[in-house]
Amino acid sequence: MQLHRRLLLRAGAAVGLLAVVGQIAVQAQPKPRIIRITARKFAYEPAELTLKLNEAVVFQLTTLDVVMGFSVPDFATRATIIPGQVTEVPMTPTKVGEFTFLCDVFCGSGHENMEGTLRVVA
Amino acid sequence: MEPGAFSRREFMQLAGLGGVVLVSGCAFPMSPTKAAADTDFHFVQLSDCHWGFEGPAINPDAKGTLKKAVAAVNGMSRQPDFVMFTGDLTHTTDDPRERRQRMTEFRDIVRTLKVKDVRFMPGEHDASLDNGKAFKEFFGETHYTFDHKGVHFIVVDNVSDPTAAIGDDQLQWLRADLENQSRDARIVVFTHRPLFDLYPQWDWATRDGARAIELLQTHDNVTVFYGHIHQENHFRTGNIAHHSARGLMFALPVAASQPKRLPIPWDASAPYKGLGFREIDAERVPMNYAINELPVA
Repeated sequence: MQLHRRLLLRAGAAVGLLAVVGQIAVQAQPKPRIIRITARKFAYEPAELTLKLNEAVVFQLTTLDVVMGFSVPDFATRATIIPGQVTEVPMTPTKVGEFTFLCDVFCGSGHENMEGTLRVVA
Repeated sequence: MEPGAFSRREFMQLAGLGGVVLVSGCAFPMSPTKAAADTDFHFVQLSDCHWGFEGPAINPDAKGTLKKAVAAVNGMSRQPDFVMFTGDLTHTTDDPRERRQRMTEFRDIVRTLKVKDVRFMPGEHDASLDNGKAFKEFFGETHYTFDHKGVHFIVVDNVSDPTAAIGDDQLQWLRADLENQSRDARIVVFTHRPLFDLYPQWDWATRDGARAIELLQTHDNVTVFYGHIHQENHFRTGNIAHHSARGLMFALPVAASQPKRLPIPWDASAPYKGLGFREIDAERVPMNYAINELPVA
């Protein structure tokens, strides 16, 4: 009986230790930067973004009028933005350069010009 | 050339100029059992007319180019069996009434084609803002099949969904249609957007196009003709050849050749440069004999 209790205590201590270590590990991960982008016919605000290489970000997307798309093909990232909703899409750029993000949901007569520039710097 | 094969020659005819350029040739092998019933034929593909577009610096003859193309087709010494318009018949407008007005005008112009077998499919400019409602009122279904002289034609709609997807229902329809075709059937697919990722950075792709290609790959003789990119592009995915057509309103630059996808300005020294249509000639080649030389010992 006593042996059983001792084993339970040791197990509890181990779990506690793991929890602390886990918390430290979680705390070591920086929180992704939130980047808010507003879409409207036929532009994004902002239309120019600068990210650091390997920087984790979350795009927080809203649209002021109709359903829009947000696509960054070079990083295989995309989302559909619904009016009245906030859409979150995570991304971590893994290469340096200048890339296009664009609306990939046909939204009207200016759709083909609805795009922005994403710069990724070292 | 495969025994019992069709060779296809493509010609680009510059609207109003009559210049002819041989583009490429490829084969449409056919099953021997059907060979006797099949005959040579040719058809014309016109694309991206964008009726209603205005922009004198891009095309000062915006109201005349389509009419010139129709006149050029009517002037062909050998009339095609049929004419296919591969989308963007009209330039988009946010006004549903104006959309129908443009479709009315477009329809009136193409009614003057001598060829009476004229088929249509939508582009995103025609159909993406109302899921193809106006298009269907004027031109009928947005996806369908037909057979002509031994070739099975499949029209795939990748524009009525504004997200540029074919969609599960249509893909299921495509799968069922292909299951009724023999593996060596000659199949031609018409789409508006490229089925493969030509350049997604300029929206030159179909969201679920890879699923359509996967279905089509189960057949040996598939050729895709499409529009959308306003220029020739010849590409192969596996055994499927994909050929894009020139447009009839403005040309677009080669993918990634410049930062933005902007129409190429009108060149006064070379009017209609980059515009044109395509004649596709399917002919059955006489039986060839494959010869294998063998040594005596």
